[in-house]
Amino acid sequence: MRKTKLLIGAMVTAMLSGTAIAETELTVYTAVEAEDLKKYAERFNEDHPDIKINWVRDSTGIVTAKLLAEKENPQADVIWGLAATSLLLMKGEGMLEPYAPAGLEGLDPKFRDKADPPSWVGMDAWVAAICVNTVEAEANNLPMPTSWKDLTNPVYKDHIAMPNPNSSGTGFLDVSSWLQIFGEDEGWAYMDGLHENIHHYTHSGSKPCKQAASGEVTIGISFAFRGAKSKAEGAPLEIIIPSEGIGWDMEATAIVKGTDKMDAAKTLVDWSITDKANMMYNEGYAVIGKQALAKPVEHFPPNIPESMIDNDFEWAASNRERILAEWQQRYDSKSEPKG
Amino acid sequence: MTATTATAAPRGRPVRARSSRDDRQMLAFMGVIMLYLVIALALPLYAILSKSFQNKDGEFVGLANFLEYFNTPALTHSIQNSLTIAVITTLISVSIAFTLAYGLSRSCMRFKGTFKVIAMVPILVPSLLPGIALVYLFGRQGMIRELLFGHDIYGPIGIVISEVFFTLPHALIIIMTALSIADARLYEAAESLNASKLRTFFTVTIPGARYGLISAAFVVFTLTITDFGAPKVIGGGYNVLATDIYKQVIGQQNFEMGAVVSLILLLPAGIAFMVDRIMQRKQVALLSARAVAYEPKPSPLFDWIMFAWAAVVSVFILTILLTCQYAALIKFFPYNLSLSLKNYQFDLMDGGGWASFYNSLELAGWTAVVGTAVVFLGAYMVEKGKGFHAGRALFQFLAMLPMAVPGLVLGLAYIFFFNAPDNPFNFIYHTMAILVISTITHFYTVAHLTAVTALKQMDPEFEAVGASLKSPFYRTFSRVTVPVCLPAILDISIYLFVNAMTTVSAVVFLYGPQTSLASVAVLNMDDAGDIAPAAAMGMMIFYTNAGMRIVHGLLSRGVLRKTQSWRNR
Repeated sequence: MRKTKLLIGAMVTAMLSGTAIAETELTVYTAVEAEDLKKYAERFNEDHPDIKINWVRDSTGIVTAKLLAEKENPQADVIWGLAATSLLLMKGEGMLEPYAPAGLEGLDPKFRDKADPPSWVGMDAWVAAICVNTVEAEANNLPMPTSWKDLTNPVYKDHIAMPNPNSSGTGFLDVSSWLQIFGEDEGWAYMDGLHENIHHYTHSGSKPCKQAASGEVTIGISFAFRGAKSKAEGAPLEIIIPSEGIGWDMEATAIVKGTDKMDAAKTLVDWSITDKANMMYNEGYAVIGKQALAKPVEHFPPNIPESMIDNDFEWAASNRERILAEWQQRYDSKSEPKG
Repeated sequence: MTATTATAAPRGRPVRARSSRDDRQMLAFMGVIMLYLVIALALPLYAILSKSFQNKDGEFVGLANFLEYFNTPALTHSIQNSLTIAVITTLISVSIAFTLAYGLSRSCMRFKGTFKVIAMVPILVPSLLPGIALVYLFGRQGMIRELLFGHDIYGPIGIVISEVFFTLPHALIIIMTALSIADARLYEAAESLNASKLRTFFTVTIPGARYGLISAAFVVFTLTITDFGAPKVIGGGYNVLATDIYKQVIGQQNFEMGAVVSLILLLPAGIAFMVDRIMQRKQVALLSARAVAYEPKPSPLFDWIMFAWAAVVSVFILTILLTCQYAALIKFFPYNLSLSLKNYQFDLMDGGGWASFYNSLELAGWTAVVGTAVVFLGAYMVEKGKGFHAGRALFQFLAMLPMAVPGLVLGLAYIFFFNAPDNPFNFIYHTMAILVISTITHFYTVAHLTAVTALKQMDPEFEAVGASLKSPFYRTFSRVTVPVCLPAILDISIYLFVNAMTTVSAVVFLYGPQTSLASVAVLNMDDAGDIAPAAAMGMMIFYTNAGMRIVHGLLSRGVLRKTQSWRNR
């Protein structure tokens, strides 16, 4: 009985003190890796203990679909950590509140919406990469690829997994970058050749690399961040940055139009581009919004920044539907299992 | 009351008064539950179906989306794939379920109880789990991949194995219910007429169980064609309709095309519904008030064959399960096989961490309690009430519909319907309530069929006798119907509980910041390639459901002893 009373007392105190500190609660939609969310909220709360973040975390595709489906009655206050191409879509739908956060001028111009005030500001870039399982490559006598073109070599037949651009942001990033690197005609011809070697297309962008890490495939077309993480966990991986250059997208922050917590939302967006926040992104990502602050990240290939193509996000967003339809018609219809 | 009716009353009323008041009350009950189905099913479906005739800006475009669909071979090809998978799965799953159910109810083999428990295992795990196990068993690094003789597990082979695993208990529940209440007098008659075993089988057993068999077949068929868990994990490049919806909606944010594909997927349901209506008309009550329960007699050869068969099925099921538990405990398959608990650090992964597990428990509890009450009352009112045939048929249709609605579509439909700013039910959005409602609705059909099958086997004479004793329907209901059907009621509640624990698709769009779920965590972890933690969370769901299943078993045994002893002579 005494114990119960004490417990209730403690709970009430905790709740009271909780509300005393956290005056505002923000619902924040994100696609940031789950293992990083706690860290992001804690670092933010070091400076702003009065704002509590309630995360809604899902993969890029699902968060995007969720936001679009909720268009008429938005549930999110802020989006912190979603692909810029997704935010461009939402901007087009008029779902974002334009806002120029404090310190915007310090941000790399690539890492912001071009409009003024911008509808979104960037955090970090995630870049395409090839994950190769060295154990399986050796067992199957496969040479180490160095370029995208190498992957069309028939020796890799059925050894490659890549994300389906129709369900994965990374997959679309790959396809749209190939079309920009090689040009439309040659780009599709390249994918025709690649398709012959693909064992399967995955729904998510990180899965091909994780499958390569566990030897389920030999080569996974994925993104560098995932490869570095798996390598740090002890996977026999080599992370390849293809010589033609790599596609990339950024994680970005935006205020959802119609939020009734505008002040807190602005505080969060302000904080999201501070030096402190950028250094936090740098713990996992090699390329950040304030690149001058960036330090090398373990297991990341060093040549990433110069390999990033001059990605035309507006072009990718406005041609997205056409590209996806073309991709689906070419490769999804031949979807008989192989092997 | 006016004078005319007052004068007219004495002639017609004395005999009919009692039953008509009962009928009115039952109609009112049925109306309330029908209203629930309309709000929780029909209106949201209407909301998403109207999407299929709109463009992205919400303007009516007629059949344009459908024309686009049928002019896209990549999409239409999936119709054939889905049908192929569903037909093959149905044939295999119903055959296994029937032979197993036959052995369990008609032979004197040993360890029946154990086999029954094992056969129910697949219902306790998310449909993604068999796919995960198959990757570990038959994938590129699979432990027994040689058994596939070079065939690829990613594709139709993997999907069918997963779906058979996933649908087996669903079929088994229905067929067992149909086989378990046989009238021993029919078998005695057959024996005294010197009919052979085979002839008795085809003239007594099969006809008696045909309603269950047909029910089971279309339940398996529609479960398979609407499941997206298995094709998602193990389908590789083999597209089916359910994964197409997922890709349209998640990948392309093309809700309109998602709605079109879901309409295509609703067709089999319409056909299944018509088959059900026709069968119902032919069905007669098997368990008349004078029936005697069938008791199998020992027959060594037959019993041993049945035992061996049940053992084979059990090994298949347990292999899948144990593989997942093994995978969950391995540090880094296949390169570091030391044991570790690191895959249980859910707070470091996608899906909401351990909190999602506790949310799932809450969801399952509410779904079991509220759902069982709603489903059984609804089934009783629609089966035993009289009159208002159009409304009854509509109720049946609404009760059958959820089986055909892919969870993903239902979830999306809920967003469109419940998140509309002018919807008075808007406040339940992002709460536990919307998860409970969507889950009850999603799993309404099998629960309803279980209730109806049990109720059908009760002679309408019980109600007639009740009525002639001037006892109101609710007394017959609580004193006869509920006790007789208690095993079925317990089955419904455990069915709803475990499905609420395992369901992914219906809730993936509906969970809010504070209501993430364990099953969704399995999906998201697998999606991100964290396959071992996904297996670990899947096994947490299994242990929870297994615990509940044990409680259910103990309860059922107590209940059977108390209320079902009349079945034995």
